[in-house]
Amino acid sequence: MSRLLTLLFGRLPIGWLQLSHNKGRLFAAVSGVAFANLLVFMQLGIMGALNGSTVAPYALLNADIIISSQEGNTLTDSEHIARVHMFEALGVAGVADATPLYINNLPFTLDDGTSVSLLTFGMNTTKQHFVASAIAPFLEQLTIENTVLLDEGTRGMPASVIEGLSAGTPFSFEANGGTLTAIGTMNVGGGFLADGMLVTSDQTFLRFFSSRDSGAPDHILLRIDDGVSGDTVAERLRAVLPAASVRVLTIQEARDADLAFMSSERPTGIIFGFGVFMGILVGLVIVYQVLSTDVADHLREYATFKAMGYGHPFFLGIVFEEAIVLAIFGFIPGFIVSMGLYAGLVAVTSLPITMVASRAIYVFLGTLAACALSGAIATRRLASADPADLF
Amino acid sequence: MTEPVEIHGLNHFFGSGEARKQAIFDINLSIAKGSLTILMGPSGSGKTTLLTLIGALREIQEGSVRLLDHELNGATEAELVGLRRRLGFIFQAHNLHESLTATQNVLMGLEVHGKGNVAKQRQASHHMLDLLGLADRRDYFPGNLSGGQKQRVAVARALVSNPEIVLADEPTAALDKESGHTVVEMLKSLGKTRSTTTVMVTHDPRILEMADRIITLEDGRVVKDVNN
Repeated sequence: MSRLLTLLFGRLPIGWLQLSHNKGRLFAAVSGVAFANLLVFMQLGIMGALNGSTVAPYALLNADIIISSQEGNTLTDSEHIARVHMFEALGVAGVADATPLYINNLPFTLDDGTSVSLLTFGMNTTKQHFVASAIAPFLEQLTIENTVLLDEGTRGMPASVIEGLSAGTPFSFEANGGTLTAIGTMNVGGGFLADGMLVTSDQTFLRFFSSRDSGAPDHILLRIDDGVSGDTVAERLRAVLPAASVRVLTIQEARDADLAFMSSERPTGIIFGFGVFMGILVGLVIVYQVLSTDVADHLREYATFKAMGYGHPFFLGIVFEEAIVLAIFGFIPGFIVSMGLYAGLVAVTSLPITMVASRAIYVFLGTLAACALSGAIATRRLASADPADLF
Repeated sequence: MTEPVEIHGLNHFFGSGEARKQAIFDINLSIAKGSLTILMGPSGSGKTTLLTLIGALREIQEGSVRLLDHELNGATEAELVGLRRRLGFIFQAHNLHESLTATQNVLMGLEVHGKGNVAKQRQASHHMLDLLGLADRRDYFPGNLSGGQKQRVAVARALVSNPEIVLADEPTAALDKESGHTVVEMLKSLGKTRSTTTVMVTHDPRILEMADRIITLEDGRVVKDVNN
């Protein structure tokens, strides 16, 4: 290791030698960085799952533009909108087709007595082009009253039911005073919003949620003509529809707006952001403590090096070298343990917690930056290394 | 020809205001190239202060110190750092880096001159340690060396880069008679073969006879200056 670094730097890797000579200190510092990494990874993992489950239902849809009430917050946390806007929209140039989307939560009691809540999408079964290709073939079958598609990842649903559905055995269950029959499955993944999802026909939906009115869906989905830009059509729609009560977004804008809402306006986003901040702070403090103690312990040697003619950049180099060593050696175990904890959390909660490559890279870069920052603060102590005191 | 060290009207003070105390009084010296000069005097006589002033480790307040043809009074930090690289320091305490082996400590004396051939530098460091009788201690950490061995490593570190001037503060204090003799012999022979100038603070009577010149300080003034 030392030989390799010597070749790499063209000089002795003093920082590395200094750290590795004091095994106890190295272990404490690396554990500290790893722990800080672990904290940040867990916060980001859960926040990622939250964000992922916020936008997961979008994967069921195949629309270009979504019209919603200004009062609503996200796709699934929405307010009703007058269906008349759909007809207004159909009159706008570039709009090819439109369909209403009804959303409600369906409470359901499992065999073991636990209550779960199923996020239910009611859709027009004749408009298969508005749903993802994976579920489009099922949509026509949903025309049969009281039939639904069930999310495979529904929390608490016995595996036998899902396996049976995949094999073609329908599954009937009581909910909201009626009987529903699942005829197939889809894959959305559990989340924070609900324990699972259902897709059904608008007719079944309106029957099960008698308080809902066909004239007041949650969203209006639009498909646009080929060769027209979604932004252009959205602009035209905004000109036609009342801006005070109706929001027109392309589907991508809607996803982004949902994520932004969850991460900045919902307390959850702020809580996880705060958690990340705390993790970074813990890492900063630990690395600063280790590096500044290390500088203090070596002031005499540094003063000697100063007397020998080493300049300030040399000492900065030592401290930054140590910071980088700590970042790398702390990140590796932090990353590995986080992967293990992610797997554990997925097994327990069935939340979609996964390690994303970009997150790993950002956390690593952040670790480097935080360690370098701690190192930069620690170098202030170098000024007290005065070679004249050595004699 | 100017000598490697030329001092004119040098005064130095410690503290400020009421507590200001003069440590060096009007010193004028010129130290010949290749000579071994010893600074003597009771403790508090200012000999160590004078050594640090010559070594570009302290700011010159009054007077002039010309070191290797460079005026130290008013020199920039970069000039001082550059000059220090042409010197070899031997401290009373060994001041070795505990995380570096004997060879690595000696290498530090070479690396200060910039990137070089690592293998060659290593070879030079080994050679220097061998000369000082540490051939079998090359890869020891200071923690595993005796006091005398550590001091010899420190000497090797100071001499490995062939400095033009060696400044030493009680270098033989921690050494037994034989190693002390070896170290001073080396300094003296370097003076002959490479014209290395040595200025040494010492009380060690065993060494006095080997010096070319003995300067005695008292209360910051030169009271005796004898050429052997």
